[in-house]
Amino acid sequence: MRLEFSQVTAGYGDRDVLRAVSFDLASGLIGCLLGPSGCGKTTVLRCIAGFEPVRDGQIIVDDAVLSGPGFTVAPELRNFGMVFQDHALFPHLTVRENVLFGLHGLPAAKRAARAADVLSAVGLEASADVYPHELSGGQQQRVALARAVAPRPRLLLLDEPFSSLDVDLRLRLSGELRDFFRASGTTALMVTHDQKEAFAIADEVGVLRDGVLEQWDTAFNLYHRPATRFVADFVGRGVFVPGTVRSDSEVEIEIGIVHGKLTRPYTPGSRVDVLLRPDDILHDDSSALTARVADKAFRGADILYTLALPSGAQVFSLVPSHHNHQVGGAIGIRLAADHIVAFDRETESG
Amino acid sequence: MEALYPATGARSRSRSGRGSGSAKWRALAAFIAVPVLLPVLVILGSVFVPEGETWTHLLNNVLGEVLLNTLWLVLGVACITALLGTSLAWLTAVTEFPGRSVFSWALMLPIAVPGYVMAFVVIGLLDYAGPLQSMLRDYFGAGAVLPSVRGRAGVIAVMSLVLYPYVFLIARNAFLTQGARALEAGQSLGLSRRQGFFRIALPMARPWIAGGVMLVVMETLADFGTVSVFNYNTFTTAIYEAWFSLFSVKAALQLSSVLMLLVLGTVVIERSLRADAHYTGRGAQNAPRISLKGWIRWAATCFAGAVLLLAFVLPVTQMLIWGWQNFSADFDARYVAFVSHSLLLAIIAALLITTVALLLAYSLRNAPGRFSSMCARLATLGYALPGTVLAVGIFVPLAGLSSVVQGGLDLLFGDGAPTVLLQATLLTMLLAYLVRFLAVAYTPVDSNMQRVTHSVDEASRSLGVSGGRMLKRVHFPMLRGGLLTAMTLVFVDVMKEMPITLMTRPFGWDTLAVRVFELTSEGHWERAALPALAIVLVGLVPIMIMVRRTERAS
Repeated sequence: MRLEFSQVTAGYGDRDVLRAVSFDLASGLIGCLLGPSGCGKTTVLRCIAGFEPVRDGQIIVDDAVLSGPGFTVAPELRNFGMVFQDHALFPHLTVRENVLFGLHGLPAAKRAARAADVLSAVGLEASADVYPHELSGGQQQRVALARAVAPRPRLLLLDEPFSSLDVDLRLRLSGELRDFFRASGTTALMVTHDQKEAFAIADEVGVLRDGVLEQWDTAFNLYHRPATRFVADFVGRGVFVPGTVRSDSEVEIEIGIVHGKLTRPYTPGSRVDVLLRPDDILHDDSSALTARVADKAFRGADILYTLALPSGAQVFSLVPSHHNHQVGGAIGIRLAADHIVAFDRETESG
Repeated sequence: MEALYPATGARSRSRSGRGSGSAKWRALAAFIAVPVLLPVLVILGSVFVPEGETWTHLLNNVLGEVLLNTLWLVLGVACITALLGTSLAWLTAVTEFPGRSVFSWALMLPIAVPGYVMAFVVIGLLDYAGPLQSMLRDYFGAGAVLPSVRGRAGVIAVMSLVLYPYVFLIARNAFLTQGARALEAGQSLGLSRRQGFFRIALPMARPWIAGGVMLVVMETLADFGTVSVFNYNTFTTAIYEAWFSLFSVKAALQLSSVLMLLVLGTVVIERSLRADAHYTGRGAQNAPRISLKGWIRWAATCFAGAVLLLAFVLPVTQMLIWGWQNFSADFDARYVAFVSHSLLLAIIAALLITTVALLLAYSLRNAPGRFSSMCARLATLGYALPGTVLAVGIFVPLAGLSSVVQGGLDLLFGDGAPTVLLQATLLTMLLAYLVRFLAVAYTPVDSNMQRVTHSVDEASRSLGVSGGRMLKRVHFPMLRGGLLTAMTLVFVDVMKEMPITLMTRPFGWDTLAVRVFELTSEGHWERAALPALAIVLVGLVPIMIMVRRTERAS
């Protein structure tokens, strides 16, 4: 199975919700689309499922074109599984009957065996004969998953599968989901607005903004080598401070020189904005560089300090929590980045 | 009761309608709204073409009395049902007294007794020749005469007894769902329980209570059977009179237009009240019930018991006695014909109206938007239109259509042309039923349709089940309950219906309700008991369904 989402434009009415979006997903991998609400990520999923037509571009699976301009293979013929945001379980069917629903063309015994397998894989064999409304939110989510994977779909699509669950359950289930996918070799594409979920599950993550795919990459690269300013801003925490490029591995900012390899080439003397992540600024009592503590947030193992630089700009620093400094005091810091992420200077630095 | 609160129509649905398919659904929604719009326009239109002579005649001889009678009736029934309904609702929802759990459902029973049935039983019982007065005369001599029940007070009392359940049901639901939190907050701010009721619980329930009273007002304005048994002249009896005794379509139209204006005013008030009625709490009431103490608890039992006795137990018992006495005389082939006509009509109407309600619900689902929900709102407006008004409003345009068609045929075939009389067929009657009862069927169907979300469709399709198989395996089972409820409610309402059936039935289509009307207008109270009992019995079915559903929910 290989999914090619190639130069796809799609939309409703006179509005294009997606504009020339392209990415590939290889067999056995788990992809994730990340972005603020309204960015078009759900539309990508619905185009792949066949619920929305594409206006331009193509959706190709295993060299067969499933969607193109004026041409859409019906969803029921695609053999893709889908898990819906609201689960969309059939309320009139028991858990087992929900799972059996999509199993066609098999002898009854095989269907029953498959349903039992899938239900035990999601840990619901004991609830097989109850109705969905008798289950908790997390259990309903598992039924939705079991129902979608039962017919062994070529590709599994998940639309904000955890959005109706509380935070603890979300993290636990996303871990379980990843293990489940790995064990069964499922190819899956998930949509979420929660980066923790995306990073916990996905091999590859795409960041969408206003219908444009900003970057399709591994979670590591999204964080450390963001392709656009939006991705840098959207993924993880960080602050842009103005600086001047000295060489391909040095950028000077107001409190000193940041060493590290520039992820994008700049000629020396270019005026840029440098991204400083909380883990780029290390606490070092022996350092000559100091900054004033403007605010602090105790987070258990570490403390997130908000530091004010002489110019008034603020940066974040993540410090092990035994280094307890008072708000208003000065602490020594050191700049340490493997990669320097810099973009063209904007008049107003974000 | 679901049927009491027809759907509002407007709501947001996840995906907006697109493509040519949704245009077809919108057209269907508009088409369904036409039968409602037609009589409304025909009748309101007649306001603007006043027939000078008819109007002057009505103004001088009829309108004053009828208007005054109607207003007194509405005012009296509204006040009494508000008091009875709210007090009983609060007692059974919040307090504890002997028999409370039985009264919670038993107090709904009187809704199964049509007003005209209650009316003839009361008159039969209390009239000069009735058993009560005869007994009094036997004991105290010929001078013992009760004041006549046939006055205004009598009508108001009878209609209040059959209509209070509307307020009771809705207010009780409001008290049950408002939860205990707000009351507890009030107590923490220093209110006593009594103050809490008047300053928190009652104001919170007020939009519902007022909405219930508005429904009662609509029913009162629409009532024909009760007032005609009492010979109490209101708009509906005047319209009937103009129709059958004066054979004056113009007068009927003029009277209908005034009544229509009153009704539409009520609808506007009711719909704006309903917009105010938000559910304030969720889940069951956790607070312990207020245990009434001492003599008050027995007073509560007596109060609820007296209402139940007067509104249900006594009239039904009296009818059973009369029915038993006259059974051999009245249970003959003609009675079987009345029953089978009633059943046939009710079944046809139930199937037709539920189908239309289903189509309307689908068109709103598949082509959501302002236009479709406006059509749905119009199409479900008919529940407010009195049967007499509807009969006139459907008959007149159909008669007009017939004469146009007839004119065409005459031109084509000359003297040999077949006669067209659309207005004298079952079509008129079924159309009028459709307009009147569409909301009754639409509400349960639509509430089930809410569950059939678009993602349910998509889930089914992504699992390889689409088209007709999806309708059969997903939609139908999910809608079945609502469709059954809709059919039951329409079936019962058509069985009870009197004025539309009286005014538009084709020759020979006499139903149980028509039989009751004929017998009571001749004063044969005892003989009307048998057909009336059948109607009440059928009317109990939806109440049983509702009671079972509430029991299951709690």
